[in-house]
Amino acid sequence: MTLQGWTLIAIYTAVILSLAKPMGLWLFAVYEGRRTWLHPLLGPVERALYRLAGIDPSAEQGWRRYTVHMLLFQVVALLLTYAVLRLQGVLPMNPRGLAGITADGAMNTAVSFTTNTNWQWYSGEAVLSNLSQMLGLTIHNFLSAATGIAIAFALFRGFARRESGTVGNFWADCTRITLYVLLPISVVYALFLIASGVPQTFASSIDVTTLEGARQTLVVGPVASQEAIKMLGTNGGGFFNANSAHPFENPTALTNLVQMLSIFSLGVGLTWTFGKAVGNPRQGWAILAAMMLLFLAGTGIAYWQEGAGNPVLHHLGVAGANMEGKEVRFGAAASALFAVVTTDASCGAVNAMHDSFTALGGLVPLFNIQLGEVIVGGVGAGIYGFLLFALLAVFVAGLMVGRTPEYVGKKIEGREVKLAVLAIAVLPLCILGETAISAVLPAGLAGPLNQGPHGFSEILYAFSSGAGNNGSAFAGLNAGTPFYNALLAVAMWIGRFFVIVPAMAIAGSLAAKKHHPEGPGSFPTTGPLWIGLLIGIILVLGGLTFLPSLALGPIADHLTMTSGKLF
Amino acid sequence: MLKDFTTAIRPALVLTALFALLLGVAYPALLTAIGQALFPAQANGSLIREQGRIVGSELIGQAFASPRYFHGRPSAAGKGYDPTASGGSNLGPASRALVARVKSDLAALGPDRHGTVPADLVTASASGLDPHISPEAAEAQVARVAAARAMSARQISGLVKQQTEMPLLGILGEPRVNVLLLNRALDRLHLAGAQAAR
Repeated sequence: MTLQGWTLIAIYTAVILSLAKPMGLWLFAVYEGRRTWLHPLLGPVERALYRLAGIDPSAEQGWRRYTVHMLLFQVVALLLTYAVLRLQGVLPMNPRGLAGITADGAMNTAVSFTTNTNWQWYSGEAVLSNLSQMLGLTIHNFLSAATGIAIAFALFRGFARRESGTVGNFWADCTRITLYVLLPISVVYALFLIASGVPQTFASSIDVTTLEGARQTLVVGPVASQEAIKMLGTNGGGFFNANSAHPFENPTALTNLVQMLSIFSLGVGLTWTFGKAVGNPRQGWAILAAMMLLFLAGTGIAYWQEGAGNPVLHHLGVAGANMEGKEVRFGAAASALFAVVTTDASCGAVNAMHDSFTALGGLVPLFNIQLGEVIVGGVGAGIYGFLLFALLAVFVAGLMVGRTPEYVGKKIEGREVKLAVLAIAVLPLCILGETAISAVLPAGLAGPLNQGPHGFSEILYAFSSGAGNNGSAFAGLNAGTPFYNALLAVAMWIGRFFVIVPAMAIAGSLAAKKHHPEGPGSFPTTGPLWIGLLIGIILVLGGLTFLPSLALGPIADHLTMTSGKLF
Repeated sequence: MLKDFTTAIRPALVLTALFALLLGVAYPALLTAIGQALFPAQANGSLIREQGRIVGSELIGQAFASPRYFHGRPSAAGKGYDPTASGGSNLGPASRALVARVKSDLAALGPDRHGTVPADLVTASASGLDPHISPEAAEAQVARVAAARAMSARQISGLVKQQTEMPLLGILGEPRVNVLLLNRALDRLHLAGAQAAR
């Protein structure tokens, strides 16, 4: 560990905190459907989309209609990607003549990108044509991010509206977020990436004769345009197998910093937008404070472990940090920080291989995902997931003081608490259930690369990542089999929509309620006591649920590693 | 409930098609046009050309085996530095296979090895294409390269220092040496020395 490393972490945190309000203001304008300075340019595009699709953007929808429209849109876009991947062999822009994808593989990938997970069983440079990357995947990088934010907007309206039967219009939310937030930022961002060395071409490969006279084939393509939205939309699916560790995706320490900032930028902005939407920005700051404290704790542990290095290699006379699976231009600090950011958010891009982290260094990203991806979290998904925990926290506080709980002006009653518990409980059921199945069936046991507890960690990480819609991996696991493709597709779908539907039901239920002004007996939801309670609820739920499985994986791994036992 | 469904069909179908054109085709095409116009070198892979031939990319590491060249890090990409199969070893921290590989790489260093070895020299990178090594890992190879080329170690050490890139603003990134660029500079220096001697 170095002063330089801690300085990087401090600077990162400061910049992220300073981004919350400007990003939040911008998102609030889009939430309200206000005119922005981009409207003269993009307003005609927006209107044309509505006209052609027969959409009335001012038609308010109740929570059921909003949800059904969203779901049907997901299914149609999923089928488009499935078709593009299956037909890859006969579609254009495929100079390397890559074949179509198998049914189980194409379904897994279509679900993966639709659910904003971007779990990748395949190696992009070996399997996908440029057309598949663009038409099959880039489109979902935008739409799954816009969908996540739209759901968050609907939930915000549930808190903000009084005795209302509606929560907004899904098509208007999704289109505006795409056009006025994701697209313009991605264009500028991608240009920065190109200038820094990320390829952007329709060529596919370049043959090279190396200095020693060997042949090397460089794979290129429209990388920058996908990279920008991959990070901004917390998607995380790399153009290449090595993801953001690949020098063509993430060539310099500066692009690395910008990538880490872009993962959190919209998520922290949405906390501010929430505060503004419910009429008190301090509500948003309190949520952000709880998130950032959890983020700093994870970062501290991960950097401490990775910076200290691998004791097994130290015994052999190797000095320094744990560099297995890390790039020299990033080093231990920027790799540990990236790993925490990408798993706090449900991004899943990686600039280092989490599988080769030290046992406790690798526990941090795994535990982050298991906490429900609510530490900033995926765009939209982070804040609506966090608000479910906030409802449980006011419920617990209400039990302690013996009053009906309330939160930002709404009474929280049985229906909301039941729905919140339903949404939160589905994740552990899916993660632990599917891990258990895979840890006993031969098809599951064929997956891990590593032996011993680390092999179990690979399986546990895969289902945590799938159900948490993260997409990063302990990538030694050979997941490109029908068994894992099917199980993980189920995990990703449940992890996304079995949380969204209860969250939307809560939005509808809250919107219909009267405003309940804060009184002297109300539990304050802005101060340090509240922040502490939130952190406590998140850690207790996550910890109690997953500690036994972590003991079998990373913790056993750590104890055996420090005692010198190899597997 | 049925009406919720039927009213969604047209927007879902049409908007998917339109967004596919806008985000899946127009957006990458626009960026390709701008990128190729403004930053053609970077947009095409930061290629290095020598007498019209492409000898590599500045950003992508190459395999070096000759003692006359500095060597990069162990690579898990294909058979080593294969950009069609990027990736790390994914070996866990207490893996037998990892320990065996590191031991064999340490043995191969042989006389280069004095005291402890910088971690990056015997660990596989995340991409398998890491173009860099640490200045310490380069310094550990100076004696071997100098002997193989019959050049002075001081001269080669000076070249390593000259090729070392420092962190941006003292904070961003680690001190590093691009192995391909270092080896090209080394070839040029060697050639210039040979010509001067003649």
